[in-house]
Amino acid sequence: MPLDTKPNVIPTTFKTVGTRPVRPDGVDKVTGRARFGADMQAPGMLVGRVLRSPHAHARIVKIDTSKAEALPGVKAVITSKDMPAQEGCDMDVLTNVMARDKALYDGHAVAAVAAVDAAVARKALKLIKVDYKVLPHVTDVDEAMKPDAPILHAHIEHEYQQDLLETAGHVKGKKERTLPKGKRPSNIAGRYEFGHGDIKKGFAEADVIVEHEFTTEATHQGYIEPHACLASVSSDGWAEMWVCTQGHFMVRDVCAKLLGLDVSRLRVTASEIGGGFGGKTTVFIEPVALALSRKAGKPVKIVMSREEVFRATGPTSSASMKVKIGAKRDGTFTAADAILKFQGGAFPGSPVEMGAMCAFACYDLRNVRIIGYDVVTNRPKQAAYRAPGAPMAAFAVEACVGELSEKLKMDAIDIRLKNAAKEGTVSSYGPTFGPVGLVETLQAAKAHKNYKVKLGPNQGRGVASGFWFNFGGQTCTTLNLNSDGTLGLAVGTPDIGGSRASMCLMAAEELGIAYDDVRTIVADTGSLGYNDISEGSRVTFSSGLATINAARDCKKKLCQRAAMIWGIPEEAVEWKDGHARPAGANAGNFEPLSIKELAAKASGTGGPIAGHFEVNADGAGPSFATHVVDVEVDPETGAMKVLRYLVVQDAGKAIHPDYVEGQFQGGAVQGIGWVLNEEYIYGADGRLQNPGFLDYRIPVCSDVPMIDTVIVEVPNPGHPYGVRGVGETSIVPPLAAVANAVSAAMGVRATTLPMSPPKVLAALENKMRKAAD
Amino acid sequence: MGAVHISTTINGDTVEYICRPDESLLDVLRDRLGMTGSKEGCGTGDCGACSVTIDGRLVCSCLVLGAEAGGHEIETIEGMADGDKLHPLQQSFLEHAALQCGICTPGFLIAARSLLERNPDPTETEVRYWLAGNLCRCTGYDKIVRAVMDTAKDMKKKGRRNAA
Repeated sequence: MPLDTKPNVIPTTFKTVGTRPVRPDGVDKVTGRARFGADMQAPGMLVGRVLRSPHAHARIVKIDTSKAEALPGVKAVITSKDMPAQEGCDMDVLTNVMARDKALYDGHAVAAVAAVDAAVARKALKLIKVDYKVLPHVTDVDEAMKPDAPILHAHIEHEYQQDLLETAGHVKGKKERTLPKGKRPSNIAGRYEFGHGDIKKGFAEADVIVEHEFTTEATHQGYIEPHACLASVSSDGWAEMWVCTQGHFMVRDVCAKLLGLDVSRLRVTASEIGGGFGGKTTVFIEPVALALSRKAGKPVKIVMSREEVFRATGPTSSASMKVKIGAKRDGTFTAADAILKFQGGAFPGSPVEMGAMCAFACYDLRNVRIIGYDVVTNRPKQAAYRAPGAPMAAFAVEACVGELSEKLKMDAIDIRLKNAAKEGTVSSYGPTFGPVGLVETLQAAKAHKNYKVKLGPNQGRGVASGFWFNFGGQTCTTLNLNSDGTLGLAVGTPDIGGSRASMCLMAAEELGIAYDDVRTIVADTGSLGYNDISEGSRVTFSSGLATINAARDCKKKLCQRAAMIWGIPEEAVEWKDGHARPAGANAGNFEPLSIKELAAKASGTGGPIAGHFEVNADGAGPSFATHVVDVEVDPETGAMKVLRYLVVQDAGKAIHPDYVEGQFQGGAVQGIGWVLNEEYIYGADGRLQNPGFLDYRIPVCSDVPMIDTVIVEVPNPGHPYGVRGVGETSIVPPLAAVANAVSAAMGVRATTLPMSPPKVLAALENKMRKAAD
Repeated sequence: MGAVHISTTINGDTVEYICRPDESLLDVLRDRLGMTGSKEGCGTGDCGACSVTIDGRLVCSCLVLGAEAGGHEIETIEGMADGDKLHPLQQSFLEHAALQCGICTPGFLIAARSLLERNPDPTETEVRYWLAGNLCRCTGYDKIVRAVMDTAKDMKKKGRRNAA
């Protein structure tokens, strides 16, 4: 350890952090002034539109664009020929943004046009003639794993493992109980395994074992703003882009690579972003808009329709899972085992690895094994969705924990407390936990008034806990002191939930100045070094860490200037309450200098003052949560009503509590949608049946009650103020919590999501039939 | 059929525009008049992000033709504040942190104002059902409902004070 490394002393009291001021971008957002992806115009701008495959799986024999090109008003038509493979580019991404030899899912882009207006562009799309040879398709994860399934990619090979025979039995053929030997082309793109101990021994020690198979359907992030971008490539090869994204540096680097541009030639500005939840962490239309602009020689704007968003962006996986947990009579878990199979759409990369890592992360287990299978199907390539992979895994695991508590007649929170992961626990995925707050969330949930409400007939209570790692990542931040003593903070992480307010709070806290004296902007890619995407609940953690350190850099420079003015050594100056002061009596007797005074004197003391910080941030602290929900099931219709909902989550330190609560509430309601209504429905033809908000129904205001929140604060030692990311954990427990509540209300275990009214009715009827037999 | 010439009133100002007969009012507002405060989330009347009022009636502007809008009084988010003085609902949304990404906010504000004009003292259930045509994916609606109910309470208090 370097000698100058000081231990991180986290303050226990704060002046500004923890208050709830109005966000700096607020007025623009309530008056309609804020500019989102689709709100930008450029002189001479063309309208771009994408032609998409109507087939789930088809060979593209020929594309004839001649008629479209001849249509007056059409300025460019492109196909994959205009986007040739570049050295070192990600072929999966390139193939996903524009199909090459095959269309791999309903909605896969096959061509694009740029025209003078939307009407001409629409007409041009109809004039493009594509000859398809339709191929057999597969959209279900278990079907796709069968040895005789239609194969998406000839280059993906897999050797079947015996563990698959232990699950649903979908993999083996109808007759045989053996699997093909050796590597062969397959839709299984990856297999992951985590765990420790000896599960056989653990299950032998168990007094009770619970085992179930579960399925969940694919859901979409459902951000209200469709993807939009405006690209402009000038004739000398310099390019600019305006785009709604969670990571404009990612957009720049990926687009540059796909199109063979120098990174420096592309400048990307992040617009205000109308929701992302992970779905805007990759590119779809951005490289297409650039390619169209390059060919047409004019700016091109592409805005997706809602139907395109559903068919051709990155929903999350559907899952087929089996979980088994054994416990002693006193509730101690002796062993846990899970097999997770996630389809990630047409390319490898489902979040099954993270799902596998999260599955049992809440528990202190001696014997645990998790196997995860990443499977490709004829569906859109999945993108991240808030705590990718974790909600489905938690649904299966927490259902089994819930059933164990019933079988052992233990309180649902007590059984979790008995087995909860804490500091020093060797997690099921490897690392040993530092200070974590799961126990605190369980205790707070148990003490909450909601947990004591007596339930009526047809009502049930569900409890579930959840975990998410949280990430750090590359971050570069600049804090500029203005001539009047106010500050401009430039961050490179798009603000997806109020983070500019949190950055202002942290900078103000560190400098001892007013919140209103700091203004935070999301700077474009030309203004800062590389910043990773706003993902992994990393923004308040890592951009916050960088902001605090940039403010410390700034303070150091302010003290140097004061030392120069006073003619004393800089070590004799300290920064306190927004002023440079002589550090103790020996330093001399000088009137403190405020930040405003030092700013006014800056030109005479060495010029502009700015603080910088660059880091690949380590030390992100995991956030655990416990949710408690009460539901009522209508036995006549199968409809469900959420009566009350409680989120308890560890934030480490809540910088702006309003937006922490907002993350808790938003994640919970997305989860409620996932468990009750939302699902991707594919027809036998492999086409998506419900690509719109009418048929893909996200929760509306009248579907949900107020979402009660409790913020637990167990400081994260890896952050100067103790911050843990909070954005993702909140969607991990709801699937399980609501499903456990529904199961309790019905008296039947819910194992398939969504628990839509027809499924609930069928389960109730089945139960009655069984009772009658 | 060629473009049509329309004369109407938007946020109290007389506005003239030319549009194609198949163009929605939302497209006219955004693409022809540069009023991008109304948002397109779906284009099918399911999300409410494009909410405006026509002669006081709450509508999705994506479901109204630009050609139909002639001779009416249209109110959009751009006309909600009185100069630099925010409407009480706008202020309340800020104070309650009733927005995260903000894309649905203009639609919610227009819809909520329309509710309070009709029902100055709504119950939580009435607020929730009135706003059920506006989708928000960030907030879980909690802080939005509180912001609307608090505004109603404040406006009632002020109303009483003004009457006294």
